Amino acid sequence: MSVKSQSIQSKKQTGQDERLKKISPLRVLLNRPELGALGGSILVFIFFGIVAGDTGMFSAYGALNFLDVSANLGIIAIAAAMLMIGGEFDLSIGSMIGFAGICIAIPAIYWGWPLWMSITFAFAMAVLIGYFNGIMVVRTGLPSFIVTLAMLFILRGATLAITRLITGRTQVPGLRVLIEDDPIAWIFATDTFQWLFNWLGKMKLIALRTDGTPLATGIPPSVIWFIALTLFATWILMKTRYGNWIFASGGDKVGATNVGVPVGRVKISLFIGTAVASTIFACIQVLDAGSADTMRGTLKELEAIAAAVVGGCLLTGGYGSAIGAALGAIIFGTVSMGIFYTDVDTDWFKVFLGAMMLIAVVFNNYIRRKVTENK
Amino acid sequence: MSDYLVQFNNISKFFGKVIALKNVTMRLRKGEIMCLLGDNGAGKSTLIKTLAGVHKPDEGEIIFEDKKIIFDSPRDALDIGIGTVYQDLALVSLMSVTRNFFMGREPQKGIPFLKTFDVEKANKIAAERMGQIGIDVRDPSQAVGTMSGGERQCLAISRAIYFGAKVLVLDEPTSALGVHQASMVLKYIVKAAAEGLAVILITHNVHHAYPVGNSFTVLNRGRSMGTFQKKDISREKLLSMMAGGEELDKLEVELKEMDRVART
Repeated sequence: MSVKSQSIQSKKQTGQDERLKKISPLRVLLNRPELGALGGSILVFIFFGIVAGDTGMFSAYGALNFLDVSANLGIIAIAAAMLMIGGEFDLSIGSMIGFAGICIAIPAIYWGWPLWMSITFAFAMAVLIGYFNGIMVVRTGLPSFIVTLAMLFILRGATLAITRLITGRTQVPGLRVLIEDDPIAWIFATDTFQWLFNWLGKMKLIALRTDGTPLATGIPPSVIWFIALTLFATWILMKTRYGNWIFASGGDKVGATNVGVPVGRVKISLFIGTAVASTIFACIQVLDAGSADTMRGTLKELEAIAAAVVGGCLLTGGYGSAIGAALGAIIFGTVSMGIFYTDVDTDWFKVFLGAMMLIAVVFNNYIRRKVTENK
Repeated sequence: MSDYLVQFNNISKFFGKVIALKNVTMRLRKGEIMCLLGDNGAGKSTLIKTLAGVHKPDEGEIIFEDKKIIFDSPRDALDIGIGTVYQDLALVSLMSVTRNFFMGREPQKGIPFLKTFDVEKANKIAAERMGQIGIDVRDPSQAVGTMSGGERQCLAISRAIYFGAKVLVLDEPTSALGVHQASMVLKYIVKAAAEGLAVILITHNVHHAYPVGNSFTVLNRGRSMGTFQKKDISREKLLSMMAGGEELDKLEVELKEMDRVART
């Protein structure tokens, strides 16, 4: 209250009264980066609700299906979004997924390592590669676009070459049997809330297999990881000092440095973040499929960036949100799966992806102008 | 004990063969506004960066409160109380007033390892501080991009003072501003000095410097042309001392000459 009365006084003093506008709740909402993605995802759900509402898309099984796809993309999209807010790109996400996959599979299958050890090894490699990406960008001042594009080729090539050298093939199967007794593999490979789904099945509330077990066995691990990472990233961005440093590093590198923000360290940690998120993605997929494939994750970096952009991240950094990126991933996941339930040819998915991104960029640009120029 | 708060004695800085600064001396008392004048390329930026701890001087010494000090990083300068406001202000226009105000020095709360950015406290302080200088931040979570140039400058200065600046180094605070905005900033600078800060005001605009300054140091091609008290020097003399003044005199003579030649 005291601030208000003070402000009225100051208005009288400086005579700037006519410039002051009341901020409407709509404006507050418009200033949130995730607004576009929220609107977009509501539209998508309404669309499929009408077109595919009675096809089983929204049954427990169908919903978990598109949620699983969304969640997988979301895991990397959130890390990509945080990096983008920090002002950099990582084009090596997709290659990192493939590389992490064989880092898990080859030691486990060919060298006889226990699964937990090879998973730990994969994460250690991710930290190393993320650190390398970061230090290259920070030290050389080169655009991260170029540095990580180089890493995209290096990692994919190395994945292919190493796998063929050691195994003579491009796929490494046989992991499924190792999951059972492993102390940490369950983190990436267990459906949760199985009791709930069993109960729902017993109550005949969800579809059953012929043997009486429910078709949807539980919440897939990807969804749990996705939710946890969304919350964690949002907490970091909104509620911690480090979060403020991320915005500052991306918004104005020089300015942030001048007031004492350790911009280099922030950026390096964000590169490690995308590499680690890629490895989480790889763990979930490799353990789910029971095999690693050298081509796994191809083009995922672009989908992750697209989801982040649809979620309101600016390509120039300093603005965006983790929830936005999560919603962006949900939009893509829902459409890519939902399209199977409609009469539309699935070939059109990429057209949709591109159009969606274009609309998002135009919209974001407009929002940024609003935010920075409503003097 | 000398009555100077801070002394920069015979500061020199070389970049390879380039002499960016040579024997520049500045001494400031509490509550004093010293204007550092010089044309583009006179070495103002290098001097600021040396004061702010970005560059280490190759020669000379910095004495703060009678202690000789050496800065290893901008952080060191900040820590002892030399607050620098750069021309770009180190503000991120997409970020809120609060987030900018506390950028790099966010107040925290909570238990160790799970400390959070105390947004409520930060909002309160930011609104309070801005209110004190007569700037009404409608909402401390509004983006800095929505503020006017003068308001941004005041925000940056207010931030430096809040974080314990005893010596305020201001780099061209009025160069990008209109008359009204510039006078708002200058008023704030005078107020800050009255409260006991020492202010180094860097500018190439004598008309902004002269009304507020107590003393004037003129920099030309990396060398100090001396420090003058206000009573000892006129605005016109200052203007002509800056390289721009001499050049303009020369230009005037040349133009007259051309005019004469053209007429004959």
